[in-house]
Amino acid sequence: MRRFLAPLLLLLALVAAGCGQDGSTSGAAAPAGQEAAFPVTLDTPAGKLTLERQPSRIVSMSPTATEMLFAIGAGGQVAAVDSNSNYPKEAPTTDLSAYEPNLEAIAGYKPDLVVYSDDPGELAAGLGKLGIPALAQPAAKGLEDTYAQLDQLGRATGHAAEAGQLTATMRAEVAKITAASRPERPLTYYHELDKNLYTATSKTFIGQLYGQLGLKNIADAADKDASGYPQLSAEYVVKADPDLIFLADTKCCGQSAKTVAGRDGWDQITAVKSGGVVELDDDVASRWGPRVVDFLKTVAAKVESLETVGS
Amino acid sequence: MTVTERRPGRGGRAPGPTASGGPARPPPGPARLRPGPLLAACALLAGSALLAVLVGPVRLDPGAVLAELAGRLPLVDTHSGLSAQEVAILWQLRLPRVVLGGLVGAMLALAGAAYQGVFRNPLADPYLLGAAAGAGLGATLAIAYGPDTSGWPVELLPLAAFAGAVAGVAAAYALGRSGGARTTTTLVLSGVAVAAFLTAIQTYVQQQRAETLREVYGWILGRLTTAGWREVALVVPYALLSTATILLHGRLLDVLAVGDDEASSLGVRAARVRLVVVAAATLATAAAVAVSGLIGFVGIIVPHTIRLLAGSSYRLLAPLSLIAGAAFLILADLVARTVMAPVELPIGVVTAFFGAPFFALVLRTSGRAP
Repeated sequence: MRRFLAPLLLLLALVAAGCGQDGSTSGAAAPAGQEAAFPVTLDTPAGKLTLERQPSRIVSMSPTATEMLFAIGAGGQVAAVDSNSNYPKEAPTTDLSAYEPNLEAIAGYKPDLVVYSDDPGELAAGLGKLGIPALAQPAAKGLEDTYAQLDQLGRATGHAAEAGQLTATMRAEVAKITAASRPERPLTYYHELDKNLYTATSKTFIGQLYGQLGLKNIADAADKDASGYPQLSAEYVVKADPDLIFLADTKCCGQSAKTVAGRDGWDQITAVKSGGVVELDDDVASRWGPRVVDFLKTVAAKVESLETVGS
Repeated sequence: MTVTERRPGRGGRAPGPTASGGPARPPPGPARLRPGPLLAACALLAGSALLAVLVGPVRLDPGAVLAELAGRLPLVDTHSGLSAQEVAILWQLRLPRVVLGGLVGAMLALAGAAYQGVFRNPLADPYLLGAAAGAGLGATLAIAYGPDTSGWPVELLPLAAFAGAVAGVAAAYALGRSGGARTTTTLVLSGVAVAAFLTAIQTYVQQQRAETLREVYGWILGRLTTAGWREVALVVPYALLSTATILLHGRLLDVLAVGDDEASSLGVRAARVRLVVVAAATLATAAAVAVSGLIGFVGIIVPHTIRLLAGSSYRLLAPLSLIAGAAFLILADLVARTVMAPVELPIGVVTAFFGAPFFALVLRTSGRAP
């Protein structure tokens, strides 16, 4: 199950932008003055990685890494990003596929650093043979991983200071939001990954974020195989009667508060009856980049509105 | 299956074509319809359905469920004591799923039996002539390029899968006939070619629109999870049509079993019978696939088990496959939704995991080839 889910969840994170674009013009020069920091040595899941010079032609094969690179001010050094990197707008989206990466196509952008989250084949080994440094940034298991990856990207690109500032700001904002959001009675929620009722438990990255807001996951009791991403029975969801339903399948699968209300038997659920269905942006809800703060704000605002109605 | 079923089955298949047939024994081949096996199969189906309605991921009091079900009968007035939520779980989630599981199992088993008869091939299954590949392509196209159908009375996906399955088999049939020779081998081979071609297109579309992969997989792995009365209503007309057609052709399928030349010498137009039966089986398969995704194994294991237990006359095999297929899939789905409750297992995993060893056991103990 876990082996099968991993690619599925990767796909959840990948939303094709659909348009090709020549990335050769966007590899602008990096700001001078930070050269002194190089060479740097990074600890990666694949071992130590040493960068002799500040990279100026980065290829990102991970939508989250793309968001991070632009957020820490390294966007100017990015030569190309994969087809699913649709944020921010100025990212040089290409038709490079992170699902089936093509080494020649990647090498064609003459990268001096490739960042990726998953290696479905021989991506890292192939890049190694070509002498192209490859930095693995796998899916974060918690917010600390997000901060660590931001810091690592900062060091790798010569933007350590900006990355430090960003993580500090994020930490402060997360602390502020979670401190403010303490529901008086524990609200329960169901986070929907697709129409077939695949969900995420509180052990997952996204589940931990809900947990920090004091929300209780209805799937936790169900997750005996510990995959973190069980498929629930409709009967169980109706019986568990969550106060909140978060839809992370609005873009992929066209789900909305209306379609959920139209499902057989779901009109019995508190969330449906009392306006507790939240339509999330699939991308924001499946990436572990800087926009997790936006996600937390969305959820916290909904919790607060329910609290006000309830009291 | 019970012992009472096996005894007449063995009797009907006495060794040697007609040599051993005394005056008391009916000749082999088209056997007389005996009520015993049919009654046993019906009892099995009724028992499976009742169990599946009573047991589920949410514990409902069995007595209350029975009272609630009885309360819907005319002239019966009972109070079950179930809450509104539990009533919704029973009537809108559990019951349609049991009914749909039964319909899908019945259609797949019947179609499998029909295909095996028409092609005289024990390995034939409902997906032999490109129904699965066609349905897969239809579903993928609907997911990748289909308009937003959330306001429609019926979703686009099942319609597209249905159309794809029918189109796939029609293409295979047209190709097989244009080849000149109207043998079953040509037909099977053109089915292989069509399936490969359609799968290639499906894979290409998936590569182009990687974001659709998750939904396509969700559909392939089986959609009984979200079954409702809408899906049941979608299947019923085709189920009735296909069932009537195939059951009425039982005797002709028996004749076909001896070979095309022999059949034509008996006045049966083999190619025409084949077309009608394949068309009916395809409608049944397409309807099942449209609402439930691809569930393997039912179409092979159920008819063969029936053959081993009750003989191979299609006049008995077809109705028994229908009923036993329904019971088998209802039980498989019961396992799929309860064994790890409230987590769902893909139903295809269950049908293969329990079906294969059971089939091996039947094969061993019966001691004869299907």
